[in-house]
Amino acid sequence: MVKKHRGLAQIIIGRAFILFVLLLMYAPIIVLMIFSFTESTNVGTWEGFSLQLYVDLFKNKEIMQALFNTLMVALTSGVVATILGTLGAIGTFYMSRKGKKIMEGMTQIPIINAEVVIAISLAVLIVAVGAKFNFLTLLLGHVVLTVAFVYLSVKPKLMQMDPSIYEAALDLGATPSHAMRRVIFPEILPGIISGFMLSVTLSLDDYIITAFLRDNSFETISTYVQGVIAKSSIPPALRALTTVIFLIALLVLFVNNWKQKQEEKMKVFHTKGKVTNQ
Amino acid sequence: MKFRFQRKYLALPYLAFLLLFVVLPIILIVYYAFSDSTGRLSIWPLQNFFSDTDKLEVLVISLIFGFINTVLCLLIGYPVSMLLANKKYNKNIVLVMLFIMPMWINFVIRTWATRDLLAWMNLSGGKYPELATIIGLVYNYLPFAIMPLYTTMLKMDKSQIEAASDLGANPVQVFFKVIIPMTKPGVLSATTMVFMPTISSYVIADILGEGKVTLFGKYIELYYKSDWNNGSFLALIMLVLIGVTSLVSRKFTREDNTQVRSSIW
Repeated sequence: MVKKHRGLAQIIIGRAFILFVLLLMYAPIIVLMIFSFTESTNVGTWEGFSLQLYVDLFKNKEIMQALFNTLMVALTSGVVATILGTLGAIGTFYMSRKGKKIMEGMTQIPIINAEVVIAISLAVLIVAVGAKFNFLTLLLGHVVLTVAFVYLSVKPKLMQMDPSIYEAALDLGATPSHAMRRVIFPEILPGIISGFMLSVTLSLDDYIITAFLRDNSFETISTYVQGVIAKSSIPPALRALTTVIFLIALLVLFVNNWKQKQEEKMKVFHTKGKVTNQ
Repeated sequence: MKFRFQRKYLALPYLAFLLLFVVLPIILIVYYAFSDSTGRLSIWPLQNFFSDTDKLEVLVISLIFGFINTVLCLLIGYPVSMLLANKKYNKNIVLVMLFIMPMWINFVIRTWATRDLLAWMNLSGGKYPELATIIGLVYNYLPFAIMPLYTTMLKMDKSQIEAASDLGANPVQVFFKVIIPMTKPGVLSATTMVFMPTISSYVIADILGEGKVTLFGKYIELYYKSDWNNGSFLALIMLVLIGVTSLVSRKFTREDNTQVRSSIW
């Protein structure tokens, strides 16, 4: 009996600790979210419930433009990085041992490298060849930041793939490009999708590379926020923006989790089906 | 001669991209680090670095901040990961994901939110720049410590723990003699994912230290703006530090750190 009680107490303390750390981690965001429902200029003073900041947010052309720019950079660089990284992973998979080693080594560089160093070295390159900073250089920076992550998301899927299916497709009369599209591509698609998602999230969150490689009139959320706050205090409308971003992130998290559970259920269902068929 | 398609050719654009935009820029940095402002080869930036106490001081301070941040992230992250990986305390993957989700909220906004909260609590960086910076660093890097720790703990062989306690080890002994050695790879990846990024970090100290704390990453940027050669040398120092730590950690861990980061999706 006593032992059972002790076990229960342990579980409660353990769970309380997890929740406590979570609460601490989210404290700044939660505070910001609470004060997004009042009009006061500073966090800490409550001036009655109001949704005015949300109205301000959507009326604020600068924030909306920055939001649009951020999404555009993230999606375009995501698409480019996904194509480059996926082709890179497939090609490398069929290289000799030596070739693979070289490619893997180079892939590791942007992953372990510090963002400041990536940003500065690219800026030096761009200035050295006499180019101007514009949308393309910004895009380039984001692709450098993310492409290796796409490569690494696709690679394990290639390794899990049954190597004989491509040959089987060729034996059955498929052309190489046909076999690539209809046999290999569907096998590695989950890796490609997660690579793309990862690339987009990394890009959305980026500040340093953007700050170095953009045309100075081009603002993303990161540079816009950093810019306005450097001059004055945090604009209240940004509290509303944080709340919106947080809720979207939370939604993505739950949808993702729900989808994974569904997939697991399907898997169980299929394997059960197979067993009974035999 | 007729061109014959081989599957490995698909990697050519990726290879060209990496050579042009990853390898070449690093070569440029090395070139500028070992030349003077007229472009001639010289060890002037190197002499400059080792004779300038300011630069060395910033590096040492950054290493200290990196060390403190790593220790704090491990001290908080280790028990959290242990509890999260233990079915008795947590069966829900969503809880684990919640520890990573801060990474999805824009990093600059998150850091400014921390600054607002600290100001409200009268702990602003204006008064306590070091403390505010450390708090901001822990906030930002804790998820990077929890992820690798959590994944190693999930894979940990639980029967060894049971065996140890069955054979008479008390919980403290089990922890230090069985659990810690088994989770060493996770501790090491967590360390590499927190330590080096802290030193090269840039925005956090800027926002939370309110200009009173300068870490190496910020310093590289300051120099780069005025003087390419010395700036490049600082960047090179950073590169060497990163290279050495990643080689050391690879020796001990077979698993890739990066897999942890991509496992979010």
